[in-house]
Amino acid sequence: MTDNNLNGGTMAVDINSLGKSNDTDYRMSKIKSRIAWTIAIIFALIQLVLTLTPFFFMIMNSFRKQFDMLQQGVFHLPDPWYFNNYVEVVTHGFFGYFFRSVLVVAISLVLMLIISSFAAYPLARMSFKLNPFIYATIVAMMSVPMHVTLIPIFKLTTTVGFYDSLKALIGPYVAFALPMSVFILTAFMKTIPREIEESAEIDGCNRYQNFFMMILPLSKSGLSTLAIYNGVSMWNEFAFANTLLISPEHKTLPLALGQFKGEHSLDIPIIMAVLTLSVLPMITLFIVFQDKLVKGMMAGAVKG
Amino acid sequence: MDKSNNMGLAQAKAKSTAKAATVFLLPALLLIAIFIVYPVIDTFAISGYKWNGISAGRVFIGLDNWKALLKDAMFWKSFQHNLIVMVFSILIQIPLGMLLATFLDAGGKKFNIFKVIWFLPYLMSSVAIAFLFNYALATNGGIISSLATLINGKRTTIDLLGTAPNALYTVIGVMAWQFTPFYMVYFIAGYGNIDTTIYEAAVIDGATRGQYIRMIAIPLLGPIFKTACTMSLIGSLKYFDMIWNMTQGGPSGSTELMATYMYKLSFQQFNMGYGSCVAAGMFILITAIALLFNKVFKVKEEY
Repeated sequence: MTDNNLNGGTMAVDINSLGKSNDTDYRMSKIKSRIAWTIAIIFALIQLVLTLTPFFFMIMNSFRKQFDMLQQGVFHLPDPWYFNNYVEVVTHGFFGYFFRSVLVVAISLVLMLIISSFAAYPLARMSFKLNPFIYATIVAMMSVPMHVTLIPIFKLTTTVGFYDSLKALIGPYVAFALPMSVFILTAFMKTIPREIEESAEIDGCNRYQNFFMMILPLSKSGLSTLAIYNGVSMWNEFAFANTLLISPEHKTLPLALGQFKGEHSLDIPIIMAVLTLSVLPMITLFIVFQDKLVKGMMAGAVKG
Repeated sequence: MDKSNNMGLAQAKAKSTAKAATVFLLPALLLIAIFIVYPVIDTFAISGYKWNGISAGRVFIGLDNWKALLKDAMFWKSFQHNLIVMVFSILIQIPLGMLLATFLDAGGKKFNIFKVIWFLPYLMSSVAIAFLFNYALATNGGIISSLATLINGKRTTIDLLGTAPNALYTVIGVMAWQFTPFYMVYFIAGYGNIDTTIYEAAVIDGATRGQYIRMIAIPLLGPIFKTACTMSLIGSLKYFDMIWNMTQGGPSGSTELMATYMYKLSFQQFNMGYGSCVAAGMFILITAIALLFNKVFKVKEEY
């Protein structure tokens, strides 16, 4: 609907200004263009309100007392501003969830980056008979939905005794991040000029030295994009964590919400405080590294 | 140097290449085999059993699960919900994202603040969004009901998540809130990739900004539009996190999706044999639809 208004408006202007170019037409087109922009800005502001209202709801309610929320209603500022929800959340294990998430994501990410650059190197640089086949197989794995693997991975995890420990998450997290990362890194490494390696070879570097001293440092920007994209998705991962972890002292941050809800089911402001705290790291990172983060999060767009 | 010696050298080189390639590829292939390939095969294998997931005793029942799946009204209803979600996701998120991107592209740097704020929902995890909207759309103290009360002047409740036909469309709306920013940034990147000389040439030829957008930029975005649709399509068919945390498929199955149905069967009712069958069915359907979509679009592009 908004599309018609925006482009329809400007379209009318264009046809006018194309046909004849006398003064009245020019003025008319100026007015029409102004109307189009006004309509566009109104829609932009509506979108702004739609985007921000839930955040406003979350933050305001996190500063209310439990029963003030219903009494004061959504549209009032908290009165009084009540900070104890945050104290309550922080003293009841929030940082535990937080650091477990940091730990799992950090370990998985480092392993994933090492393993995927290992795999991308021969695919990008060496000619051997199985290369196209292995590459195609890995790329095809991108489209496997993780939910299909949930039951066998649950089975596997209980069999090896990793159930209900953070170890259980690392394997699936790394494995499911690999196909896309290998795909992106292979393309990235192909753009590194071969001459660099050749001259290194003349200087006496073997393949392994080549990889560690030439290719890996040159792939840094590709690796950082992948780190952001996969870091964000691992940080938010729910299905594996919910299936493979059971006790509160082992759960990661995405499960903290359910845990707090179970303990304070009627205290909505407490849950809003947990929500605000769990969103905060991402928003902070976004403000600091805006373009880099957006670019990283868009790395998933190659998946199609 | 004679010929045989040359051959020997080449062979030795090929051999050492193969060896190095194996060393480099082994960890990745091993992990993919253990956590992706084997589980997919195992899902199909387990679908032939009656099994509660915990006890060692499982009974082979052949194709009984598959026969049940074909007749399982709940599964097909879930699949239908997935299709509804898919259609609305493509119809809402992609055009809206493109529209916002067009606005930002036309407005330039001075609209940066819009871009920053519009992107915020995509920074939240699906789980957090589920919890937030569960309360924000509640009849008691929620935003919509409070707004209705304010307008009506008396207490009014609008039950968006608790009643059957509403819930699915509410969920679709929340998904639009979450994913529109993704497509927005995606199309901003698309606009950014168009060579600026094309715009300059168009302006020299007398085109206005509006004409440029409609007649040049949007057609040029065609291929990335197709990719956006493919992403939305696959994403909608395997959607899970938000629904699971917001409605658990309820009320009375009206927001059940294939993935939530599978999860409920497997990890709440511990009917893992049949759960695996649902997962395998989901795998087949997603793969088939994705392939079909790609084929249809390829054919279209050739003409």
